[in-house]
Amino acid sequence: MSSSDRIDGVFATRMNQQTYKAKVKGAEKGYELLKKKADALKARFRALLKEIRDAKMALAEEMPAAFLGLASAMYLNEKFRDNVAYEVKDASVRVFASEDNVAGVRLPVFQENFIESQGDRFGLTQGGQTIEQAKKKFQSLILKLVKLASLQTSFVTLDEALKVTNRRVNALEFVVIPRMTATVKYIAKELDEMEREEFFRLKKVVAMSDDGPPPEDVDTKEAETALPGFDESNEDDVIF
Amino acid sequence: MADSQFSGKLIGVIGDEDTVTGFLLAGVGERTSAGTNFLVVKKETRPAEVLQKFKELTEREDVAIILINQHIANLIRQELAKYTKLVPTVLEIPSKEHPYDPTKDQVLKQVNLLLGGE
Repeated sequence: MSSSDRIDGVFATRMNQQTYKAKVKGAEKGYELLKKKADALKARFRALLKEIRDAKMALAEEMPAAFLGLASAMYLNEKFRDNVAYEVKDASVRVFASEDNVAGVRLPVFQENFIESQGDRFGLTQGGQTIEQAKKKFQSLILKLVKLASLQTSFVTLDEALKVTNRRVNALEFVVIPRMTATVKYIAKELDEMEREEFFRLKKVVAMSDDGPPPEDVDTKEAETALPGFDESNEDDVIF
Repeated sequence: MADSQFSGKLIGVIGDEDTVTGFLLAGVGERTSAGTNFLVVKKETRPAEVLQKFKELTEREDVAIILINQHIANLIRQELAKYTKLVPTVLEIPSKEHPYDPTKDQVLKQVNLLLGGE
């Protein structure tokens, strides 16, 4: 479909002309608004990209420190792993989801929540402090990870929203608005054409009446020869 | 699991022993009659098992984030690439023995692509 195609099945009337003019205006307004939205999303998106990259890189640096803390805890207590795995019952770390709003796009934001666990269950006898430190490190790691998860979800959501918005912007710019403008042009052209025809017809009528009404008898005679049995004087003019 | 709806969602962990231990220590783990929200992947663990756990976690309503070690993520890379759901979010994390390789991260790949370069 070429973009200059007009919308089919639209009659060239003054009313349709008005309607389509209004539609073009509406579409242009919508285009401007969507364009603004797309720009806003894009700005946010680019900021997000950098943030994600930095966060990922920072994470890569922080992980080893946490593992080191864990290693020292394990060094002090060989059954540490099994104890930890065995003690697991209820998660004391929970994640809550809230929403952020960018130009009408809802972005999920995760918020972590540490529930105070019921006392220290591990290493009361051996290396309690080291374990506590390892725990702290991993908890701060979780904080970062949750933040990163928010960023990542926002990234995916924004990516999708951006695509949709850009599609709409382009559709309006390259399909909808050209088609409507073409339709408006078509209607104007047709109306002009009708006007010219009407004008021409009027001119003909005036030209005929300028010649003066032909003599009554000649007219009747001609009419009778042309159409026998047809009395023109009784008939009204038929105007097409 | 009605009460977990009120008290927030869980973080799932799939990783090697150290990673899982660390996060369990921090208090991510949950063990219920339905199962656990973590999986320890050892040398002898088959990729099919990892995949099964991954699928199980992604289908759970009460899991918001899934942490997975990068070298384990590589085992199920194809499935991971197909995963498009928003929640739970899958995060690839480095592990002790395997340093972080930014070129393998699904999200980071996309990020770099969009930032243009590298």
